[in-house]
Amino acid sequence: MIKALHDFGEYVLLMYRTISVPERWSVFFKQVLKEIFKLGVDSLWIVIFISIFIGAVITIQVSLKIVSPLIPDFTVGYIGREIVILEFSSTIMCLILAGKVGSNIASELGTMRVTEQIDALEIMGVNSANFLIFPKIVAFVCFIPVLAVFSMFFGIMGGYLIAWTSDVITAAKYEFGIQYWFNAYYITYTIVKSMVFAFIISSIASYFGYNVKGGALQVGKASTNSVVMSSVFILTLDLVITHLMLI
Amino acid sequence: MIEIKNINKSFEGKNVLNNISTVFDKGKTNLIIGRSGSGKTVLMKILIGLLRPDSGEILYDNRNFITLPRRELKKLRTEMGMLFQGSALFDSMTVLENVMFPLSMFTKERKKEREERAHCCLERVNLADAIHLYPSEISGGMMKRAAIARAIALNPKYLFCDEPNSGLDPKTSLIIDELIHDITAEYNMTTIINTHDMNSVMNIGEKIIFISDGQKAWEGSKDRIMTSSSKELNDFVFASDLFKRVKAMENAGSPPAFQVN
Repeated sequence: MIKALHDFGEYVLLMYRTISVPERWSVFFKQVLKEIFKLGVDSLWIVIFISIFIGAVITIQVSLKIVSPLIPDFTVGYIGREIVILEFSSTIMCLILAGKVGSNIASELGTMRVTEQIDALEIMGVNSANFLIFPKIVAFVCFIPVLAVFSMFFGIMGGYLIAWTSDVITAAKYEFGIQYWFNAYYITYTIVKSMVFAFIISSIASYFGYNVKGGALQVGKASTNSVVMSSVFILTLDLVITHLMLI
Repeated sequence: MIEIKNINKSFEGKNVLNNISTVFDKGKTNLIIGRSGSGKTVLMKILIGLLRPDSGEILYDNRNFITLPRRELKKLRTEMGMLFQGSALFDSMTVLENVMFPLSMFTKERKKEREERAHCCLERVNLADAIHLYPSEISGGMMKRAAIARAIALNPKYLFCDEPNSGLDPKTSLIIDELIHDITAEYNMTTIINTHDMNSVMNIGEKIIFISDGQKAWEGSKDRIMTSSSKELNDFVFASDLFKRVKAMENAGSPPAFQVN
């Protein structure tokens, strides 16, 4: 318990150092752009790939479970849309990104720490936390809505693909289902949630990577710890945010 | 000139540095030598501000490094250059970008001027051909030279080198030693080198501080190190077979094996 409190205190202090006015705005914007490509654009293909397949599988699974003649067929499209928008494109996608982006950040910063590159920045008089971590957080938090929107679109398209190519449901009924009783607020809810998760992923991974002590083994451990801790916080905050925004 | 006064440092109750005081001269290569675990790396980290001493003073040209206000401390940091044991070049940047980095962060020069300065530093360390290569694409010696170029980019007053020859062959070590020595004289810097390489000591040791068990055990120059009566220093210096032979030759009346410049 004391260790957890100590770690939380260290995390808060690191964020205090991180979230400050950048030394040079021009350098900062350049860094943010670089990180957007590295953390965001490079993650697009995996987001699209996973979304299409999960959307397709959800459609098949739901259609197989709905056997009652009292439930209309378009419900498949409706349930698929709700699952994709409300949970998959934010929570599940962020759990996946915690593995890809989180481990990338933790291992990059951890390697910089063990090879004394962070010390080199400090000696030059650069606020290394602000220089290295802040652009990553800003870039990922700003780009996550794009990833979430892509995930929603391709998730629903995955289901549509199944409706077109198989006989589990007709395309017309699926189309009607995905438009049925649509609440635009759910999009806002998903984007807000994914932005919070993006902050969690990038800041926790940065914390573990930045504080690595030792060598390659510890870098690997930091990477694993960052994924585990990010996942725990994502799931916990999912419950909290859902309670706050939907109930 | 850097002066340290009564520096003490302990970790978990264990004294690592004990009351160390000395002066590192301007325009000279000052060497901190000692066995592994003697405390020289801790002393170096204290000097550059990566560790805080339990007590004592560090004066950079009479400016107290420990109590300096934040803004002045930042200014002082731009006057410091550091060569790390593993070079610590930024992996994601080319050699040229690495050298330009401190210029981009701390000067208001235009890109062209920054590039010119970086080229000038890289030419000084004979690395003009490798400017577009990444650190992973160059040899250990080239990495050290690139790190030296980065360290001198802002015309520093103080240069710190942590084990500059570690992992290098004897000939490349000699080149790096001479480069550091020449640059120190050229820029009139206070250079502090942390090493346990006796070749470096005999080659460029204008002022030498020997640390043993966290204490300053000896202080002098390379021309006095071979004739010192300090037992701890002799144990360190003559640990290698080569230096034992040199000592024996000198005792037998042969001409000194190391010519003092």
